[in-house]
Amino acid sequence: MFIKPYGDTSNDGAVQLSFTLPVKNCGRAKEAARLYVQKLGFKKVDVVHAAALSEEFTFFVAYGKTDVGIDYDKVEYAEAVDKYLSMDEVNAFIKTTFKRKIVIVGACTGTDAHTVGIDAIMNMKGYNHHFGLERYPMIEAFNLGSQVPNGKLLAYARDVKADAVLVSQIVTQKDVHIKNLTEFIELAEAEKVRGKMLLIMGGPRVNNKLAKELGYDAGFGTGTYAEHVATFVVKKLQERLTAAK
Amino acid sequence: MTKAKSKLGLSGPKIAKARALAADIVAPVQEFIDKHTTVTIERATLRLLGADGANSDGVPVPNLIAGQCGAKLAGGAAAFYLNALIKLNKTPAALNEEIAKGLDISGLEFTDARRIQHKADELVKSLDARIAGNVAHRNARLKQYKDKVKSPLIYVIVATGNIYEDVKQARSAALEGADIIAVIRTTAQSLLDYVPYGATTEGFGGTYATQENFRIMRAALDEIVDREGRYIRLVNYCSGLCMPEIAAMGAMERLDMMLNDSMYGILFRDINMYRTFTDQFFSRMINTAADIIINTGEDNYLTTSDAVEKAHTVLASQLINEKFAASAGMPNRLMGLGHAFEIDPQVKNGFLYEYAQALMAREIFPEHPLKYMPPTKFMTGDIFKGYAMNTLFNFVCKATDQGIALLGMLTEAIHTPYLQDRHLAIENALYVHNTMADFMGEIEFKKEGIMARRARQVLDETIDMLADVKRRGLMTAIETGTFAEIKRLRDGGKGFDGVYEKTADYFNPVETYLKKKLKVGKQETLCS
Ligand code: B12
Repeated sequence: MFIKPYGDTSNDGAVQLSFTLPVKNCGRAKEAARLYVQKLGFKKVDVVHAAALSEEFTFFVAYGKTDVGIDYDKVEYAEAVDKYLSMDEVNAFIKTTFKRKIVIVGACTGTDAHTVGIDAIMNMKGYNHHFGLERYPMIEAFNLGSQVPNGKLLAYARDVKADAVLVSQIVTQKDVHIKNLTEFIELAEAEKVRGKMLLIMGGPRVNNKLAKELGYDAGFGTGTYAEHVATFVVKKLQERLTAAK
Repeated sequence: MTKAKSKLGLSGPKIAKARALAADIVAPVQEFIDKHTTVTIERATLRLLGADGANSDGVPVPNLIAGQCGAKLAGGAAAFYLNALIKLNKTPAALNEEIAKGLDISGLEFTDARRIQHKADELVKSLDARIAGNVAHRNARLKQYKDKVKSPLIYVIVATGNIYEDVKQARSAALEGADIIAVIRTTAQSLLDYVPYGATTEGFGGTYATQENFRIMRAALDEIVDREGRYIRLVNYCSGLCMPEIAAMGAMERLDMMLNDSMYGILFRDINMYRTFTDQFFSRMINTAADIIINTGEDNYLTTSDAVEKAHTVLASQLINEKFAASAGMPNRLMGLGHAFEIDPQVKNGFLYEYAQALMAREIFPEHPLKYMPPTKFMTGDIFKGYAMNTLFNFVCKATDQGIALLGMLTEAIHTPYLQDRHLAIENALYVHNTMADFMGEIEFKKEGIMARRARQVLDETIDMLADVKRRGLMTAIETGTFAEIKRLRDGGKGFDGVYEKTADYFNPVETYLKKKLKVGKQETLCS
């Protein structure tokens, strides 16, 4: 199925853009903006707003229409889990499948000081009326906080025999998160825990696809709740259990 | 104090009670502060006397001197520097160069105390002249351009990591109407136990606070001041492990505002509490001497905890910050107490609670230039919704006469602001502030309405909390997670080893000068 943006009618390809050019606001600047949007491949370009940000910069709002479409059937993206279990379902699942508690350790690692994201997943209280992993009777959750060195998180995970390790990364400027997430995976590989524990990453600017590329078992972005992660963990552990048999 | 009638029906005696509790909470901590110094206070002192520069490894001269002094810092570092100036017959600039090359001044034989005092008087006099010159310059511009002063003042941040890019963005923001430019510091600078030297072009999520960067930005803004006929204030952070040193740099380079909180470093940066309490005192004296408005960090309580449930922790912290600042000689007009618009947008009537809290702060702190922070935590990738939230924030700013409005960015959840994000934010604020210019005077509230009841409830909860903190002591309260649900042990955290009990013959001519100028110390305890 080929798709194009929908503005006012099917397949009109209407797109709204806003951007800044490093020139003084004048008629010529506006024309440059129009031509620029045209160069991006848009037709029927309309620069509807131009405002001076200083003598050297102008901000534009523009509309354009595009002929470019995309074959939706060829787009590949897999969520970590298709259907999520509720907290109670997760607990029941653990009881019947593993007959023991599942151990999960998490932290916001590297220099990143943001705790709210990992707290939302792990702390008792949870987030947006979704309880965190600490509240799950069949999960033993350890939240180590923020600015935790990757090595320390791994060592802790080994000590408590974790089934899954959660790494949170919020700051993404200059790709610090990629460097840090990669370091974690390299350490995990060196210590041969990869494949044994589930390695899961999360944060507002990451997703499952990136996680896979970096070598994690799964990745979660904005709007994640504890039950999403928990569902992935228990299903994946079950998969491994059956594969091992 | 202005005795305008409370629109929220807040009880005067209750407010007075909350203040008295805060005073009782601060007093024992202040006793500790008075008996102690820290490595960064000593370095700040050296800087104010002229120590500057760095060696080839980038270690700043004040740190080199402090290292040479070691445990002798407990007696004050100034004497060593003054002595070296006399013995070697050098100007501070020449001495700094020698120290950067490796000269150790701690081993020099001491000349007589009278000559050291004499040298101290000379340097303190030129320090005083420099600071007074900065204050006079600012006041002259503020007076000259007073009809362009907006209320609230519009505050935006730049955070590129590169001071030269920061300059471009700051210029643009100032030309569009920003009154205050804050250069956000790079990640983790607060945990460096030194202040980097020189102009810098690399930082994460912000730019290094260095004296040269201060100078570069000050010069860029001054150019606009005279062109636009509007004074543009410059802000940086004196928080973290080098609070007093950065305060010193700000005083010398005519910064106009500095982030400075009595507890932020302890709670949110895990800096030792003895260290932070002692440092905040000295840095606030410097700020006060230079007529610099401080911005306290209460917004952080709300991004960390629930803004409806923990609203009272903001007021409690404001009162504690107020008392600590007063103990450093700071007048109300320099206390930019912080608070924030951080209630979950899904909460029914959340706007009324925000409005009530902001008005309550205005009524309890009538002379303070309150610093109001925009929504951040519940900003998402939906920038259009974010823009709407920022509009409501701007509304509350104007409707409650906040002093300093830190504008929200529609892209808060995504990146540090783009040039155009700041433009949209300023446009939004200017629109709202103008279209409801006299709104505040027009409106009254129901005596038993949602807002009045909310404000009274927050004040009551604050009193309960302060009473509890007073009973247990501030340090114990922090150890048990009373603030921001974060526990910090009194002997834990970073920088504890840099705290020294002053010796009986502790010598610090800068401290003496500041205390005298600001009437801090004995006199203050007598009259309060
Ligand atoms: C609160 C906050 C802070 C607080 C943090 C307090 C705390 N205790 O955490 C303080 C003030 C300390 C702070 C500091 C800084 N911050 Co900040 N901060 C924010 C803010 C406003 C909200 C973050 C938040 O709490 N969101 C709510 C939570 C629930 O959402 P979340 O983190 O996305 O988490 C969810 C999902 O992502 C996911 N998730 C997250 N982690 C994980 C992990 C796993 C395993 C899983 C499964 C899921 C998962 O689940 C969560 C629930 O759904 C954001 C802006 C924003 N609105 O996002 C900026 C923001 C993240 N901060 C930013 C910056 C730059 C900084 C500083 C570097 C600023 C500076 N120069 O000092 C410093 C960082 C210092 C450091 N060393 O890291 C930038 C990051 C830009 C970027 N993309 O790199 C942002 C986007 C603001 C901005 N526009 O500039 N910050």
